[in-house]
Amino acid sequence: MRSRRDRLIALLMLLPTFILLGIFVYFFLGKTVYFSMTDWGENPAQPALSETVTRQNVGLQNYENLLTDVIQSMFRNSLTNMFFFFFFFVVGSIGVGLLLTIILDQRVVGETFFRTVFLSPMALSFVVTGTIWRWLLQPDGGLNYLPTVFGFAPIHFNWLNSQEIWLQFTWSIVPRYLTFAGFVILAFLAVRYALRQEKRSAYLMGALAALVILIFISGLWDRIWLPLDAPEAAMTLAPEGFNAALVGIIIAAIWQMSGYVMAIFTAGLRGISDDLREAAQVDGCGEIKLYTHILLPQLRPLMISTIIILGHTSLKIFDLVFAMSGPDNARTVVPGILVYTKGFRQNSFAQASTIATIVLLLVVIVIVPYLYARLRTHD
Amino acid sequence: MKKCFIFLMSILVFQILVGTVASKDEMPSGKLEIFSWWAGDEGPALEALIKLYNQHYPDVDVINATVTGGAGVNFRAVLKTRMLGGNPPDSFQVHAGQELIGTWVVADRMQDLTWLYKEEGWFDVFPQSVINKLSYGGGIYSVPVNIHRAGVMWYIPSHLADWDIASPPKTLEEFYATCAMLQTKGIIPLVVGEAWTTIHLWDEIALSVLGADNYEALWTGKLSPTSSQMIAVWDEYGKVLDCTNIRDNAAGLSWQQATDLLVSGDAAFNVMGDWVAGYLSTTLGLKAGDDYGWADFPNTQGDFTWLSDTFGLPVGAPNQTAAIAWLRMIGSVEGQNTFNPLKGSIPARMDAVGLAPELYNKYLQYTAKQWANDRLVGSMMHGVVANERFMGDFNQVLDIYIQSRSSAAAAAAMESVCKQAGACGL
Repeated sequence: MRSRRDRLIALLMLLPTFILLGIFVYFFLGKTVYFSMTDWGENPAQPALSETVTRQNVGLQNYENLLTDVIQSMFRNSLTNMFFFFFFFVVGSIGVGLLLTIILDQRVVGETFFRTVFLSPMALSFVVTGTIWRWLLQPDGGLNYLPTVFGFAPIHFNWLNSQEIWLQFTWSIVPRYLTFAGFVILAFLAVRYALRQEKRSAYLMGALAALVILIFISGLWDRIWLPLDAPEAAMTLAPEGFNAALVGIIIAAIWQMSGYVMAIFTAGLRGISDDLREAAQVDGCGEIKLYTHILLPQLRPLMISTIIILGHTSLKIFDLVFAMSGPDNARTVVPGILVYTKGFRQNSFAQASTIATIVLLLVVIVIVPYLYARLRTHD
Repeated sequence: MKKCFIFLMSILVFQILVGTVASKDEMPSGKLEIFSWWAGDEGPALEALIKLYNQHYPDVDVINATVTGGAGVNFRAVLKTRMLGGNPPDSFQVHAGQELIGTWVVADRMQDLTWLYKEEGWFDVFPQSVINKLSYGGGIYSVPVNIHRAGVMWYIPSHLADWDIASPPKTLEEFYATCAMLQTKGIIPLVVGEAWTTIHLWDEIALSVLGADNYEALWTGKLSPTSSQMIAVWDEYGKVLDCTNIRDNAAGLSWQQATDLLVSGDAAFNVMGDWVAGYLSTTLGLKAGDDYGWADFPNTQGDFTWLSDTFGLPVGAPNQTAAIAWLRMIGSVEGQNTFNPLKGSIPARMDAVGLAPELYNKYLQYTAKQWANDRLVGSMMHGVVANERFMGDFNQVLDIYIQSRSSAAAAAAMESVCKQAGACGL
């Protein structure tokens, strides 16, 4: 039982942190959300930088504009970029990191040396990484001329400046993809709960999945989804998709972060007792099966926290893109860059706040299930 | 006795007070922070100006605060956070026109300098069309230090001779013919760089297709962005873009790197402001007229697309006296003739070049003559005719056009940008 005095001391010790967090995180966070619902910078009659500017509350107007206004194509493009960057960066970093872990786990000569080498990119900031890779990825530079070392012809890929768009789709089809993805996830959960004999959860998930598929079939979602404020023809002419110019940035980001993944997984592997390995080997478990069935499943909690950390890094990415392709490259634009250009170049402070809030919501979507799961297991 | 002492003391105090005030008026002191984006290649010109200032006012400690980035792209972000935070510099660089008026003057952040213009007799030496772009509601809000010409077509004469081009194209039709010929040789006919250089190019094409009168009408609401003339602008823009490296490596090139392709013979022409002349002459050591040449953009002969770097006096400038002395100096013949030969621009004062022509190279003397005689048209890209909100969103319009290649879609997008930004007189 803690005494009252201990509690008081604890509270006093924590108070400065609470106050600082309250002011510099939550107060400004709230302020940003508030600005996102005003017309600060949207009303030409009210100069955005005036000391006496009045801000009208406009509700969710800015959100609607960003999602539907034809001239906000850059924002929708940035969301698409963020999605592809998130996916390839997380998958790539974990893939490469895992590979490095397993290689180092083979007790190779100079293991410590290689571990340091692989980890060293972590010590650099994204700006430094970006600058180095920007040079390496120049049309006439490093990577394109690498094949000539082995006597092949140089390649001609514009890593950072390509205008190509792969996997093209139009913005109006996004709700269909989203509903379909929602259905797949819910159906998967339902089956999993059913297999675990957790009937109530299984029914709940099953019902939700059925609801989603109903919405999908009825076309209701298409009606909820705000139609673009432009002739459909104009939008199909300017499709969304995976911008080829993003490849270079993804490579640089993976180079930077895969060492971090390796460090986490190596630590995890060290934590698994040798008895387990030996027991598996005694039972005649092969080298590959040892990893896929015994060791890697043990690393699952680490895997989830790694995905969360990499995931929210990729949603908030700014500096790497800024250093590699600049703030004006329409093919590689991400929401973080748009917050900067819309806010401080165009004086559209309300729009910038709106984008910042949308990014915040997406980060919350990534992080909250993790925190929830963590707290539940700790109980 | 006591009364006498008090009387003497009060005289003494009065004298000290008056004395300091008077000397403060004559001799500014303390710190003076000059905030600009002139670093790197453009740095020496500003440093010369600061040196001149210190010769006149040795007691002032000038802080040369710069934020790099062409056309002030990063500078403006830093400036805005400072101004919003109530921490303005003593004087800052700002482009003449909407970048000054639409952002700072309408927000009541600048001090009226009409009295300074009267005192210094600047109404007689600065062109009226420039003063107009510094004025709002009866006040004048900054002092122009230089004039740059935006739409110049640069080339290397010896390269053109190698490719059998007798003279640079004078009309768009001639340009397309030259373009087709160069493309068969594998040479980029017209080099562009990162996004803003393509807006810069758009400006010149709009002027070329519309003519000076209609180009100005576009920004004052007398010509609709969706008119047939504007559709024609987008059509021609598409044709010109087909003559560039836009689908290749453009997005990664700074204007200097784009100019390098000109020098190396990979590209034939570059449409850029005349800071290119400064880069070619000063940084690369080429000789104006012999090693590099210039021409008006096709169909824009007799038009001068200008932009001007100016300095203003923000409300709440910490050291007003020193800042006003700075403004007086940059508006003087001495100041303008110190700065401009190094910067590679011409003085905004009409009388400055004539007083010391030997300071200016062949290109600058030519431009100064054009400046005095041509029709002056404000540049959109460099903030003269459209506000910052419009300029940022116009980037999206260009992207819509580059992706869709639909003139109608681009024109419609531009109209809605004009309306949302309160630009183009809409």
